[in-house]
Amino acid sequence: MTNKILIIQRTAPYGSSLAREGLDYVLTSAAYDQDISLLFLGDGVFQLLKNQQSQDINLKPQGSALEILPLYDINKFYAVKEDLEERNLLEADLTLSVKTISRSDVSAFIKQQEKVVGF
Amino acid sequence: MKFSLLVLASPYSQQGGLSALKFAQTCLKGGHEIYRVFFYNEGIQNGSFLQTPQQDELNLHSQWTKLAEQHQLDLVICIAAALKRGLLNESEAKRYDKPQYNLQAPFEISGLGQLLDAQINSDQLITFG
Repeated sequence: MTNKILIIQRTAPYGSSLAREGLDYVLTSAAYDQDISLLFLGDGVFQLLKNQQSQDINLKPQGSALEILPLYDINKFYAVKEDLEERNLLEADLTLSVKTISRSDVSAFIKQQEKVVGF
Repeated sequence: MKFSLLVLASPYSQQGGLSALKFAQTCLKGGHEIYRVFFYNEGIQNGSFLQTPQQDELNLHSQWTKLAEQHQLDLVICIAAALKRGLLNESEAKRYDKPQYNLQAPFEISGLGQLLDAQINSDQLITFG
């Protein structure tokens, strides 16, 4: 059975392992044929930055890992507009094409989902 | 209501570990069902039976074990998160040729699919970070 699942990425790509382990959950859900949306919120929007050079800290780049998600039929990416603006991130800086949602609409967006989990 | 718990918080450094236990106890006391408790990220440390807090402090491993025995709880530790952090049961210790293990029943080791299964089959998945 397919469920409408929203996975919220709230943490910066490095500094804690939540972003990476959250992504592992995204990939698991995709393998079980679920209808996945991803919302990048707060410092989670930093995961979307292009040209991450995390090899220097012995970690796989989160940005490149996100880029492969469309191969797993995950195509619904959202980011909070104000969170991008406050961090001075422009669409051209991002590795995926995301739909922006304003902060005041996040709560209504979450309510449209059947299942929600955040990392 | 049918709940599942996702525990991301480590047992003593973060309050989330204790909050998860208290939530589970309160849930069951209130007549609710707990479908599964899934331990992920630093939360896997809750499963180590080697944790030895001082005697006047709460032992989270013992408390989870007691609760699981009373209510037949399904306590699942994520295998990928556990192995890299040095949390192994007897069979994984043998497989990776390690001289010691620190995880045993009622805690089970399994994959992330168990978290997805919990999310799908519960009314609410509550995260403790």
